Amino acid sequence: MEPLTWTGSFGAIVDPVFTLVAYIFIAAVVLQIIGSYLLPPVSEVINADGTIGRGTGPNAMIGLGVKYSLLALVALVLLYILAGMFTPLGTVGIVGALAAQFAPVWIALVVTFLLSITYKRRLGLYGKLFDSMIGMIGFGLLMFWFYTALFVGLFDMIAVHDPLTQLSGMKNKVPGTPLRNLEEGVYPYYLLGGDNLARDVFSRMVHGSVIVIVIAPFATLFAFMVGITLGLPAGYFGGKLDAFLSFLANLVLAFPVILLFYLLVTPEIVATGIPNYMAMVLFAFPIIFVGVLLNSRFYTRPKLRTPLLSAILLVMIWLYLSAISAPGTVINVLPGFMDLFNINSGILVVFVSVVFVNSPTVFRIVRGLVMDIQTRDYVAAAQTRGEGPWYIMLWEILPNARGPLIVDFCLRIGYTTILLGTLGFFGLGLPPESPDWGTTINDGRKLLSIYPHPAIVPALSLLSLVLGLNLLADGLREESLRD
Amino acid sequence: MMLLTAICLTYIVFFLTNLYPNLEKLAKTQGNFRMSEEAVASYLGDRGYLQPTPIKYLQWLGVLPGHAMTKEDGSVVGKCVRPGVAPEDTPRYCGILQGDWGFSTVAKEPVANVLGSRLANTGKLMFWVMVVMVPSALIIGVLAGMNEGSRTDRTLSTASILSTATPEYVSGVIFIALLASTRNGIGPWLHEMGLIEGKALFKGTAKTAMDKVTFENFTLPVLTVALYGMGYIARMTRASMAEVMTAQYIRTARLKGVSFRNIVMKHALRNALIAPFTVIMLQFPWLLNGVVIVETLFSYTGFGWQLVNAAGNNDIEMLLAVSVVSVFVVLVTQLISDIGYVYLNPRIRIS
Repeated sequence: MEPLTWTGSFGAIVDPVFTLVAYIFIAAVVLQIIGSYLLPPVSEVINADGTIGRGTGPNAMIGLGVKYSLLALVALVLLYILAGMFTPLGTVGIVGALAAQFAPVWIALVVTFLLSITYKRRLGLYGKLFDSMIGMIGFGLLMFWFYTALFVGLFDMIAVHDPLTQLSGMKNKVPGTPLRNLEEGVYPYYLLGGDNLARDVFSRMVHGSVIVIVIAPFATLFAFMVGITLGLPAGYFGGKLDAFLSFLANLVLAFPVILLFYLLVTPEIVATGIPNYMAMVLFAFPIIFVGVLLNSRFYTRPKLRTPLLSAILLVMIWLYLSAISAPGTVINVLPGFMDLFNINSGILVVFVSVVFVNSPTVFRIVRGLVMDIQTRDYVAAAQTRGEGPWYIMLWEILPNARGPLIVDFCLRIGYTTILLGTLGFFGLGLPPESPDWGTTINDGRKLLSIYPHPAIVPALSLLSLVLGLNLLADGLREESLRD
Repeated sequence: MMLLTAICLTYIVFFLTNLYPNLEKLAKTQGNFRMSEEAVASYLGDRGYLQPTPIKYLQWLGVLPGHAMTKEDGSVVGKCVRPGVAPEDTPRYCGILQGDWGFSTVAKEPVANVLGSRLANTGKLMFWVMVVMVPSALIIGVLAGMNEGSRTDRTLSTASILSTATPEYVSGVIFIALLASTRNGIGPWLHEMGLIEGKALFKGTAKTAMDKVTFENFTLPVLTVALYGMGYIARMTRASMAEVMTAQYIRTARLKGVSFRNIVMKHALRNALIAPFTVIMLQFPWLLNGVVIVETLFSYTGFGWQLVNAAGNNDIEMLLAVSVVSVFVVLVTQLISDIGYVYLNPRIRIS
């Protein structure tokens, strides 16, 4: 079989057009930046009768050029994707085949955007996101990876091969290479090539997204729970408690992250069970948080409070015990039949260390916000009403600090993704055959200058996810500052 | 306060590196791999590794005399014993306070000697990173911030978001694949056009840069470290510049008819650079991360490479020394940023 080219026979016609439009776009952007300094912002014509006629001027013309060439580029990209989805495999080459594999993601994305834009006025801050171009691009990138992880993780759809299977003769093959011995029912190509162990780079990349999309937001959420639960009282009460907690936070922050990882995530340390003890402490914070949150709100209504709180706490404590206890480790409290799930020890270590690294920063942010908001009138009003300190912290101050916290949450998921990649890059924590992006980059970098694709593909994926999160945070910040 | 932080941090590192599994591995690599449990225990006991951690820590600091024990055959083992030094000359105290950083079990050399050369290498890298990163980040930030909302601002801001979203191991990989490959990227292309001698534009490793820094072997490592920090500093500079540009005194200067160039250069710039200064100083701990990644990626034997090496080979004393140095760097930069902030900001100085 012929190896696939990047755009196939379809590209023979459309590629020159695409290149041309791309060059026009780049030229227009450069012209625009130079023009904004050299050309006058508006063109003025002084008429004979003394009036001034004001035209849009050359800058506006260039601006229009940029806009239309960009639109043309986007239309061409859409054309590639649609052609790839609806023509038989190989007509639009690798690009088309990839587009066809991602078909469920495109559909989900289109549905999400259509629904969100239609109802954006009723959706609060989330709806406002769709007023800003930057925010929309960021959200699109994020949702792209989210849906990819969803379809791969739950329905096993997008990936074409198993991420761990090695097929003979596919070692370090370039993108688009057909399989050597073709069997019925097996996808005939390695779309993005093979890595140094003859595994499919594309399938590994999409399977890696599942690991990242599962760990990064959860770890960030836990870091926020820890940071909020400790930061609220530190900022609200001040004094000795604040001094002590701040000292601890500064202690962790003064560690270079990589040193901390190297100290925490080695097999020897894992053997001593320190990560398990840390998990025991860190995983307790969501329970404390939810318990205090509900109790402070409903303690005046014991009839509602007692059943609600006990039901929720029971479930959470069960989950907590299942999470921390695993056979063969230092903490093994639950008998096997009650243990709902066991977290893989590699993932647990990675998770715990990422939470541990992130929570002091969240603590500092929350503490600063509380100190600022504490002086507001509504806090004084609540104090006068006789509300307890925890009610004020959790139901008066926290909701009013949500804007900066949501923005930081997005940024921090990105930072957590980078940290996960760093761990993988140094081969810490996750097993060496794991398809996560950091480990794959580490695998691929040895032959980087000869076979770049095994490392470049996960590198670009990680870049696009983090970029999406950063753009989303930027858009959210802009929109939440507007009102 | 700083001293307390330093002591706590070093104690934590000391505790984590001196856990029993680490020591067991050390005994096995130093002795032989088929040692029995008892042999390991006696090996560690003889050398004083099994004392309580606080005592070991104080010995390592140099407050308590180092552990020493004379074996039955008359040979002396202990913390202060070095190969090639006669037992009579062995000092009683050998800790950080005495200037003795310990003995690297991997390099078979005193830690101070090894670490010195590593730090010199990293110093070279950091110097060039600073030379590239700081001016370009400040220029980008000022250009973006002086006309908030303009096309230049939006382009530069997006570029700096892109650079903060690119961790070193991603940008390094992309740079090597594009610029340092003899088969792909723009190297062969330029070679065909006859613009460059070799097949690749830059070198993918910085091994040769230890002896002689050239443009070819040092550009990529420096660029990779600088890029990640650059976006962050540029965004801080932009925010600070944009804030200053809306201040009352800038409006006054504009209404007086001062030219835009003069406003930016004389009135706004100095005030706008106070905040980025703090950010630049606080970037050092982050740069340390970048340095570790880049030195591993480009096989440049500096401080970060030494950290990875020491941690990977269970070189306890070396790892301790590396940690002490990095914690020291972090604390000192915090101090400098505090002092510098007061010095630069006249409002704080007067009050």
